[in-house]
Amino acid sequence: MKVFLALLVRDLRVAVRQSSDGVMVLSFYIIAIVLFPLGLGPNPQTLASLAPGLLCVAALLAAILSLEGLFRSDFEDGSLELMAVSPNDLAIQVFAKITAHWITTGLPLILVTPFLAFLLNLPIQALLTLMLAMALATPSLSLIGAVGASLTVGARRSSVLISVLVLPLYIPVLIFAVSAIDAVLLTYSPKPHLMLLGAIFAAAMPLCTITTTVALRQALE
Amino acid sequence: MLMHRYANPTRFIRIADTIFPWAGGIMVAAFVIGLYLALLTSPADYQQSEMVRIMYIHVPAAWMALFTYAFMALSSAAVLIWKHPLALLSAKAAAPIGASFTVICLATGSLWGKPMWGTWWVWDARLTSVLILLFLYLGYIALINAFDESERGGKAASLLALVGAINLPIIKYSVDWWNTLHQPASVFRLDGPAIHSDMLWPLIVMAIAFKMFLLTTLLTRVKSELTAVRVRNIQRSLNGNLV
Repeated sequence: MKVFLALLVRDLRVAVRQSSDGVMVLSFYIIAIVLFPLGLGPNPQTLASLAPGLLCVAALLAAILSLEGLFRSDFEDGSLELMAVSPNDLAIQVFAKITAHWITTGLPLILVTPFLAFLLNLPIQALLTLMLAMALATPSLSLIGAVGASLTVGARRSSVLISVLVLPLYIPVLIFAVSAIDAVLLTYSPKPHLMLLGAIFAAAMPLCTITTTVALRQALE
Repeated sequence: MLMHRYANPTRFIRIADTIFPWAGGIMVAAFVIGLYLALLTSPADYQQSEMVRIMYIHVPAAWMALFTYAFMALSSAAVLIWKHPLALLSAKAAAPIGASFTVICLATGSLWGKPMWGTWWVWDARLTSVLILLFLYLGYIALINAFDESERGGKAASLLALVGAINLPIIKYSVDWWNTLHQPASVFRLDGPAIHSDMLWPLIVMAIAFKMFLLTTLLTRVKSELTAVRVRNIQRSLNGNLV
């Protein structure tokens, strides 16, 4: 627990001092959402019907942007090797890094989403479900993305490679998140979809952490 | 371990050279018989008339796409668990073949879908999950070639293949779990095949032909990968162990 907190605080401190990564993700998300009304035309009904999908896809793409840097700087300066050979469990340290990644990228996305939802004319009754869906989906995005990032750490052109690897695995998260918001817009209950999102998160937490740890050990050999 | 006996490249090449002519012969025979049965003697469907004959390419290609991925996942497990040297080469060799089968499956399905179901594509569970399978194949190929030292790529790609294996039961049961335009399972069901033997036999013969095609192509590719490894080793020793 102490190790987890120590590494978490260290990563958050680094992220705050070098805030370009988090700002870049947020800017991409906002710019992408702003581009859609400009491209699709300002018709409010069109935007409202497309809003759930647009918000989730843009958040997904913004999350992918940030994945390359998850392990890169630690890999390059040797801290990853230190973490691997230290007496502490690498899995706990990896989980701390993933949590820090979510706090610095996923959490800002969730907080900005209501404003962007208004830009896209999303009906207000869907707002709570939207926030819940994003809150359940973004941790899974960080976890699954960490698997992709750990598989490609040290590779050339790893940012594009990460997208190719991670997008197929992101698709269920995307589908359930959008289905939850669409359900509430059609006055059905979003609970089944939100519960499935939660299930994916619950499954991803141990599985992705372990997979990431194994992949990082392969990378460090 | 028994399987490590066959990790010896020379022994493998000897076995491969023995199997290859048989596999090739069965493949040619099965294609000839299968295509004759499929295109000429099998009955035309009462709704689809002659268009149903695409099924004899589409279905075996789909079966092989799934089979090849399962083979890749098992080989990748052998790489990670037992560090079996030939397992990585066989998985690496199988990936492009499996990707081609998936493309054939999607393309023939699309060509079949337009006249029969009125659409080139639909985002139902079966088609979407097979498309994801194609992306997993392409991701595997990209990852295994992404690193300068080939061992890194091998292990990372093996992990990816194992992670993606979750897609296989999703594809198989997608027509049961969701409401899809794609028809439900007609052959591999607990109640037995639901299609008439006049259509089942050409399907089985074509499936054997496709499987033998996978075997012959796989053997050829693994042998060429072994040769590439040998060339790399010779180059490395010529350069004084500098890669």
